Amino acid sequence: MTNGAPARGRTMEAAPSSGDPLIDVREMTKVYGEGDTAVRALRGVSLRVQAGEFVAIMGPSGSGKSTFMHLLGCLDRPTSGSYRLAGQEVSRLSGDELAAVRNRRIGFVFQSFNLLARTTAQENVELPLLYAGVPRDMRVQRARALLRQVGLGDRLGHRPSELSGGQQQRVAIARALANGAPLLMADEPTGNLDSASSVEIMTFVRELNRSEGITVVLVTHDVSIAAWSKRVVTFRDGLIIDDRPSAEAVPPQVRDGVLGTAPAPEARP
Amino acid sequence: MSLVNLLRIAWQALRRNITRSILTMLGIIIGVGAVITSMAIGAGAQAAVLAQIESLGANLVVVIPGAISSGGVSLGTGSRTTLKLPDVDAIASTVPDVAGAAPYSQTSAQVVAGGMNWYTAIGGTTPSYTTVRSWSVAQGRFFTRAEVDQAAKVAVLGNTVQQNLFPEGGAVGSIVIVKNVPFRVIGVLAPKGQSGFGRDQDDIVMVPITTLLDRLTGQAWVQNIFVSAATPEAVPAVVDATERLLRLRHHLTAAQPDDFTIRNIADVQQVRLATSQTQALLLAGIAVVSLVVGGIGNMNIMLVSVTERTREIGLRMAVGARGRDILLQFLVEALTLACLGGLIGIAIGVGTAQGSSALGHWPVIVSPFSILLGFISSLLVGVVFGFYPAQRAAALDPIVALRYE
Repeated sequence: MTNGAPARGRTMEAAPSSGDPLIDVREMTKVYGEGDTAVRALRGVSLRVQAGEFVAIMGPSGSGKSTFMHLLGCLDRPTSGSYRLAGQEVSRLSGDELAAVRNRRIGFVFQSFNLLARTTAQENVELPLLYAGVPRDMRVQRARALLRQVGLGDRLGHRPSELSGGQQQRVAIARALANGAPLLMADEPTGNLDSASSVEIMTFVRELNRSEGITVVLVTHDVSIAAWSKRVVTFRDGLIIDDRPSAEAVPPQVRDGVLGTAPAPEARP
Repeated sequence: MSLVNLLRIAWQALRRNITRSILTMLGIIIGVGAVITSMAIGAGAQAAVLAQIESLGANLVVVIPGAISSGGVSLGTGSRTTLKLPDVDAIASTVPDVAGAAPYSQTSAQVVAGGMNWYTAIGGTTPSYTTVRSWSVAQGRFFTRAEVDQAAKVAVLGNTVQQNLFPEGGAVGSIVIVKNVPFRVIGVLAPKGQSGFGRDQDDIVMVPITTLLDRLTGQAWVQNIFVSAATPEAVPAVVDATERLLRLRHHLTAAQPDDFTIRNIADVQQVRLATSQTQALLLAGIAVVSLVVGGIGNMNIMLVSVTERTREIGLRMAVGARGRDILLQFLVEALTLACLGGLIGIAIGVGTAQGSSALGHWPVIVSPFSILLGFISSLLVGVVFGFYPAQRAAALDPIVALRYE
C-alpha cells in the first residue's frame, strides 16, 4: 500500500541546488470561515528558505505564525498562493498526497513531544518508517541507529513515562529524522523543558543543522530560543513584518547570554 | 501499509490498553456466548421432542371407542364397547398403506414377584405392538401370535417394573403374580423414557391381549387400536380408510355418527415440534438482540477510544499516515477485538451450554453451525460497528487532532 513515489523515505533527499530554494512560498493566504465571520490568518506571505538554513519564526499569538507553520508542514492547504517544497508544488495536493509529503520530506518536533504512550522509544522512532513501508529489519536498524545518534542508545526499550522531558524530546527528534527528511519543523520544541534541557535540545538541533545540513524551521515566542537560529522571521497580523539575520534580530545581551551557556557544538558526541 | 504492519499497529494499540480492550470485547463475548447457548438449548429441546415422537411410533393413528349417548346424557369418549379384536385384524389386512395394527387395553394391578411387589399398569396387546410403537425388547423376547391365540400366561416387563421387582436382575424365566394369576416373564422391554405427556412409559407389564381380556379385566372389547401408516403422507388416507372400514364393520347407517374416534397422534406431535422450533427461534432472536446490543456497546467504547486517542491519530497523520491508514488501523483493531471476543464468547457459550446440561439436565446440542454462526456474526459486528468510529478517526483534521487536549 505504499504509494509509487520514488524513494519514499528511504534515502536522504538530495539538497536542491543553491538557486532552487527548499521552501518557496509566494503570496500565501489562509482564511478560516466564510463571510462576515471569516478570519484572515495569513494575508499574503512570501518566504524563501534555502536548504541548510536555520530559521526562527517569531510573533505574538494570533500573528499567523502557527497557521504558517501548519501550512509549511503540509498539515493544511492555503486558501491561495503557491508553496513549492523542494521543487514540488504542494499547495493543491490531496490529503493523501500531503501525507506522503509529510512522511518523506518533513520531520516534526512538537512542544508536547507527542510520543505514543506505553510504546517504547524504538517503536516511536519506527512509526514514520512504518508508514513509509520500510521492511521490519531495516526499521529496527534505522531506529536504533537514530536513538544512538541522539544519545539514547541505552534507552531503546524505555517508554515515554520512563524518560525525562529532554530525553523524550530527543526521541521525538530521532523520530523526525527517521525518514531522512531534509526539513525539520519544530513548534516550540523547548516549551515544556527546563532551561538545561532546552540548551541540550537546541544544541542538538543546531548540530543537525550544521553537520547534516538539515534545514530547520523553528516556531517560538522566546527570543532566547530564536537566538540559536541564523535567521529570524517575525509575523504580525498575518504578515511578515521583519526578516533578518538573528545576529541583528536578537539583542546582543540575549545572544551572548544564551550562546555563552551552551557547550560548543563540537563537544557533543 | 502492509497487512502485517496493520495487524502489528492494531495489536500494539490493543496491548497498550488491556482494560479498554477487554471492556470493548465484553459485549461481543456476551452476545456470541448467548447465541451459542440459546441455539444449543433450542436444538436440544427440538431433539427431545423429536425423540418423543420417535418413541411414540412412526406415523401413529389411534382408534378409541366413541361415547355412549343415551337420552341426551353422554358418558364421554371411550365408553363404548364396540371395538373388537377382529376389527384390528381387519384394519391390518384390508386398509392400504398400513404398516401394522395392534390392539391395546390396559388395567392396573399389584404385581408380585417373590418378596417384591409393585403397583403398575398391565397392558394387553399383540406382537404388532412392537413395530407399531417402535419398541424393542432388551432381554428375552416378546410374546408371539401363537401365545396371543392361546391366551398364554406370559409377560414382558417394562424397564421400571423390572428394576423394582428384580433389582438383582434375573427377571426372564421368573414368575410374577397379577391378580392371583401367575405369569412367566419371557422378556424385558428396552427403556423408552417419558412419554410426550410426562408419563413413565417403562412402568408397565405387557401381556397378550387375550390373556388380559379373559383373565384380568373380563372385558370383551379393546380400549385402543394403534395403527401405523407406512409413510407420513399416507396418514390421512389411512385415517379415512380405517373410518370407512369400521363404520362398515359396525353396521352404521349414513345417519348414525361414528361409534369410535380416530386420532392422528403424529399431527399433535408435529404441532409440538413446531412449537419447540418457534421457541428455539425466539431464543436465537433474543441472542441476536444481545449481540447487536453488544455491538453497539463495542461501538461506544471505540468512539470513546477514538476521542481519547485524538492526539495519537494527529501524530500518526503528521508522520505520514493517510486517512485510509487510520481507517484501516481502527477497523483492524475493531476486527481483532471482535475476533478475540468471538472466540472467547464461543468458549463461554459452549461451556454454559454444557454446564446447564450437566447441572439442569437440559438436553443441549452444540452444533458446529452455531459456532460458525457465532464467529461470523462477531466479525460482522466488528466490521459494522467498528466502521463508524474508524471513519470518524480517519476524518480528523491533523492540526485539530494534534492540538486536542
